[in-house]
Amino acid sequence: MRNLWIFISKYNAFFLFIVFFVFSIILVVSYNPFQKTATLNTSNQFIGNIYAKVDLWKGYFSLNETNELLARENANLRALLKQSYFDTEVQAGTVRDTAREPRYRYIEARVINNSIHQKNNYITLNRGSAQGVERGMGVISSRGVVGIVLHVSPHFSTVQSVLHSDTRISASLENSHAFGSLVWGENNPDPKVAYLKDIPNHVPVTKGERVLTSGYSLFPEGILIGKVLETGIASGDSFFDIRLALNNDFSTLQYVYVVSDDLRGEQEALEAENQAEDE
Amino acid sequence: MSRLILKNSIRIILMIALQVFVFKNMGYYNLAAPFPYVLVILLLPARISNFFLFTLAFLLGLSVDAFYNTLGVHAAASVLMAWVRILFINITLQSDNYEGMETPSASETSFRWFLIYSFVLIFFHHLCLYFIESFSFRHILYTLLSTLLSCIFTWVLVFLHEVLFFKRKKKRL
Repeated sequence: MRNLWIFISKYNAFFLFIVFFVFSIILVVSYNPFQKTATLNTSNQFIGNIYAKVDLWKGYFSLNETNELLARENANLRALLKQSYFDTEVQAGTVRDTAREPRYRYIEARVINNSIHQKNNYITLNRGSAQGVERGMGVISSRGVVGIVLHVSPHFSTVQSVLHSDTRISASLENSHAFGSLVWGENNPDPKVAYLKDIPNHVPVTKGERVLTSGYSLFPEGILIGKVLETGIASGDSFFDIRLALNNDFSTLQYVYVVSDDLRGEQEALEAENQAEDE
Repeated sequence: MSRLILKNSIRIILMIALQVFVFKNMGYYNLAAPFPYVLVILLLPARISNFFLFTLAFLLGLSVDAFYNTLGVHAAASVLMAWVRILFINITLQSDNYEGMETPSASETSFRWFLIYSFVLIFFHHLCLYFIESFSFRHILYTLLSTLLSCIFTWVLVFLHEVLFFKRKKKRL
């Protein structure tokens, strides 16, 4: 203790200087607004830097929660996007013929699911009963026949594609108007090729002749199906089959039209009477 | 002894008055301002105790601060100056020589020594003053320039005072 006192008194000038100087600085900082703010700013910046550093490390501990939160927010935002909304607007075109009653209406639809490599292929459309689609309606695209509506939900419908082993579509040759059934499958997995069955023997068929819908069922008359590839394939005594190239490219199908036949009910009712009389 | 106290008291009051009423209005913009009141610290009696020296320096600075509205700035600079005075005298003067002096003025030491002594002390005083005033090292060049120019200004005034009141009544020992 004595040594300490000796030490202090030996260097008393220095210690006195420290005491007086510190006191002066305290006066400066506490009574002068400029130096006061400067001190506070400096210390605030210092403290702020420390907080920023700590926060940087703390951020790693909550990464999982933050990610989850952001993912949830993303989902919410995605739900607001235009694509997330079901497009309920229908552009139903009607074919107007002034000389006749309008018969066919077309409901535009977008293909939202498609397959071509199965034995039985189906297409899903973004139109359903709410837009007027019914079971059994025909579906065409700008390049030809697509299929027949199979099931309908309020906003969607599934289509039994032409590329389905059970699909039968009445088709006729362009020149002779001889008609038969369009069939796909049966040892023919090629999505570009189909068969026209049961064409009478005597009908002249040329290669490249167009095959159209007959107008006997579902589809309006004269919609292109494909072109004759090979003719004269024997199938029975008085009939033969035609191999034809489908005009529609089912692998790139995007927009189609559902054909609504206003007179179908009347026609079916009438034809049902025929059958009833036969029995 | 009483003559010494009276002389210093008058000097203190006179220098503070001159500083705050006259020299406060002088100066070259913000760059060079004279602070000749430090002459008081330069010329305080040689055998003054350290504590008394610091107290006087502090009170002197505080009085000037009161007029400059810069509480503590001149006090801090004056306290630093007092410490430099102690160190400088300890280093440059023989203690037995110094003990015999009344005050470390040019008359009692030598003109050369007093010029160096006053310049060093004034320099440290002004350096401290300007750095506390700016309170940052951001404009360090400007601060140093102000320090140097003001230092020369004050130094010239102190030098003039010494020339005016130079008395060859005592021979250098």
